[in-house]
Amino acid sequence: MSTAVDLIYPTIPVRTGMTRHIYAGTLIIVTLILSLPLFAVISSFLIPVPDIWHHLLETVLKEYVLNSLILMLGVAGLTLVLGIIPAWLVTMCRFPLSRTLEWALLLPLAMPAYIIAYTYTGILDTSGPVQTLLRDFTGWQYGEYWFPEVRSIGGAITMLSFVLYPYIYLISRAAFIEQSICALEVARTLGCGPYKTFFRVALPLARPAIIVGLSLVLMETLADYGTVQYFGIATFTTGIFRTWFGLGSSAAAAQLSALLMLFIAALIYLEYRSRKQQRYHHTSNRYSTLTQKRLRGKNAVFAGILCCLPALLGFLVPVIFLIKWAWLTYGKIVDEQFLSLMWNSIMLAASAAVIATVLALFMAYGKRRISNPFTRFAVNLSGMGYAIPGTVIAVGVMLPFAWVDKLIDGFFRTHFDYSTGLLLSGTLVAVMFAYIARFLAVSLKTVDAGLAKIKPSMDEAGRSIGLKPSTLIRKVHMPMMRGSLLTAVLLVFVDVLKELPATLILRPFNFNTLAIRAYELANEERLADAACPSLAIVLVAIVPVIYLSRSISMSRPGHDYSA
Amino acid sequence: MYMKYRLLLVLSSSILLGPQCQAQNTEVNIYSERKEELIQPLLDRFIADTGIKVNLVTGEGDALIKRLEIEGRNSPADILLTTDVARLYRAKSLELLQPISSDELVNAIPANFRDGEGYWYGLSLRSRVIVYAKDRVNPEQLPTYEAMINPEWKGRICVRSSSNPYNQSLVASMIARNGIEATQAWASGLVKNFARSPRGGDRDQIKAVAVGECDIALVNTYYLGGMLHSDIDDEKQAAEKVALFWPNQNDRGAHFNISGAGISRSAKNQDAAIRLLEFLSGDEAQAWYAEMNHEFPVRPGIAVSDTLQQWGSYIADDINLDQLGQYNADAVRLMDRAGWK
Repeated sequence: MSTAVDLIYPTIPVRTGMTRHIYAGTLIIVTLILSLPLFAVISSFLIPVPDIWHHLLETVLKEYVLNSLILMLGVAGLTLVLGIIPAWLVTMCRFPLSRTLEWALLLPLAMPAYIIAYTYTGILDTSGPVQTLLRDFTGWQYGEYWFPEVRSIGGAITMLSFVLYPYIYLISRAAFIEQSICALEVARTLGCGPYKTFFRVALPLARPAIIVGLSLVLMETLADYGTVQYFGIATFTTGIFRTWFGLGSSAAAAQLSALLMLFIAALIYLEYRSRKQQRYHHTSNRYSTLTQKRLRGKNAVFAGILCCLPALLGFLVPVIFLIKWAWLTYGKIVDEQFLSLMWNSIMLAASAAVIATVLALFMAYGKRRISNPFTRFAVNLSGMGYAIPGTVIAVGVMLPFAWVDKLIDGFFRTHFDYSTGLLLSGTLVAVMFAYIARFLAVSLKTVDAGLAKIKPSMDEAGRSIGLKPSTLIRKVHMPMMRGSLLTAVLLVFVDVLKELPATLILRPFNFNTLAIRAYELANEERLADAACPSLAIVLVAIVPVIYLSRSISMSRPGHDYSA
Repeated sequence: MYMKYRLLLVLSSSILLGPQCQAQNTEVNIYSERKEELIQPLLDRFIADTGIKVNLVTGEGDALIKRLEIEGRNSPADILLTTDVARLYRAKSLELLQPISSDELVNAIPANFRDGEGYWYGLSLRSRVIVYAKDRVNPEQLPTYEAMINPEWKGRICVRSSSNPYNQSLVASMIARNGIEATQAWASGLVKNFARSPRGGDRDQIKAVAVGECDIALVNTYYLGGMLHSDIDDEKQAAEKVALFWPNQNDRGAHFNISGAGISRSAKNQDAAIRLLEFLSGDEAQAWYAEMNHEFPVRPGIAVSDTLQQWGSYIADDINLDQLGQYNADAVRLMDRAGWK
């Protein structure tokens, strides 16, 4: 941990004039650099494409917008239910399997959305095992019975919710664990039943945290391309690519992306405004041991089933089918190259996770200490990339990189008659930059939430008893931030592991990852062959996910989990 | 003094940047829309034969074209390999390709499957055909693409989304042959005959026919071939319930697209790149496309796999493939208007 502190320490601003200015300056420069891809996307408005807009408005735009809205609403509703209820139950109650479910509920996080979509289509399709069994069993023919269609907007909502609810679960559980038990006890003594306590006290207290999770979920939903494209649902994102690839206008595609970004920005702003009027604070810092209520009988069974379902459907069922397919194909798919794929994936994900978290710390501290509208705007801007489809971000990364390369190349050509070619474009530096531009939102929001727990009064108390800033950070901030930092690292790790489009288009020659391998095979509609790399992604992602879950369980102050 | 610095700079930068900017004539760099699985084995053979190193990046066709465009004259790519002719046309019109002349390529590849000026060359053929349920459809009833809008097919047709480039190129070919208005009417009629709103990939359409959700579907041939050889039993059984029909055999022939390649304008390893294209159009590689991915060889007279043979002989539409690129955007607009999702 001490190395991490050394790494972070230089990023903590001190309240002396000069360092403060330097810090603010660096902060703004860094955020501007990180926002370059966004500016590249926005700058597309300089190229007017009126006839394409005319065509879009006349034909498909309404459908794109409508479908995207339905998708957002559906995913928001379903992830909230799938995330919050199990989080509350496993935190507050004991019932069969509840200890296992604490971490098992996070497992779907390891599953890329397009993989779960392909898998469920294979399972539930008219020619899949479930319907075939149904027909064999009942003697019905196709068309004589009703069966839900996977490849529909409802199916897309379900698939995306299965893999995205863990964000809500993770964050709301952390919030429930941190809640002072006193507030809940007071509520109970004032005559609230368990339901009323949950809805009137616990839920409002956790609201800011849940909103953070929900905004991540919605941004990822809007950026999703693989699932909706496969299901044939015309959303805003598929529209972006259709405009680019089909109509051949990358400018109009970038303009659509910019609109998407504005929409997200507006949503975030609205939420921020609506929260301003209500503030929720814990009035007491006394944490007594959480006594989990032991559920019995019908209640225990009900709670068990309710909490099992998301983990079962979001993880176990697809994994079982993937294993079945992998069993058929591993001989030809897993070769010596496969190990290097795994290594590439882990290496990229780990470095991106560390960099994104350190940057997030730097920015979150900056926003805390130098709180003027300009820094706040700069920091919020750099988190916008999460809502933009990866391919569009990738083009936004290529433009500034190629510009710098051209500048250097031109300089060397004129002065030394020597061409340096491309120095940064087509290297892992570009890939890494795209990851940060896209996933900074995840680490930033997580670190921000962690930092918010440290009240300025604690800093003042520390300083007044003569702690140096570095000691303050080591003794007060780090222990309180540890959980949030870990969460940030691991969430970005898992996200990068699953990331596809930006890696695909920016990577150097002869460089592949597990996600690319899985996608290429699945995209050729070779589901069985795609099973091995998909399983490998899941396996690699599971380790940090379980670790994350355990560390959250242990993070409650005053809670001895070894007991 | 100045000289000294100059030398130092050049030296240090070449060490720092490594092999990336050293032009070597013993390697070729490819941007490929063909998936690694479907090209790497061929490249490995080329490497073994010639000792020329081949570097590969795969990705979406238009994204690769964008990368080529942004990288400009510094792009390391020598070859752009795509799975559909409209991308090659687009790359050509963005001035990202250069014309090359190679007698071997010209002799190997029929004139309608390569660019007249030598900007790009077709390497394998992919046909979009009709598959039908053997037990419910009499193939005599299925003469042409155009006839699919007849009322007897109401509620019986499956096809994937119009975002798919192969659908776009089929419609582009119809615009080229029949004009925009007739094709607009055709697309609207087709949408009316859909059994379900478009979803899934080509294999899903075949499965839907097999199970009875629809009776005919528009698919690319190699997906059917892949299913017939699938590791999953369900897929195999589904594929065996359907048969392939070559449309328009009494007039212009079935619609064919190509996977093909061109040499980038910025290519630094031209000779090696041309040798690779020649290899990809050679006997060994041509037979491999058919064997591994059930694509048709672009070269006439290559022995094809049993699977392809059992589909019988066909007449291919000999349209100028450039037109598929020219009408691509029109095709998309037209399908938008027709409500083909």
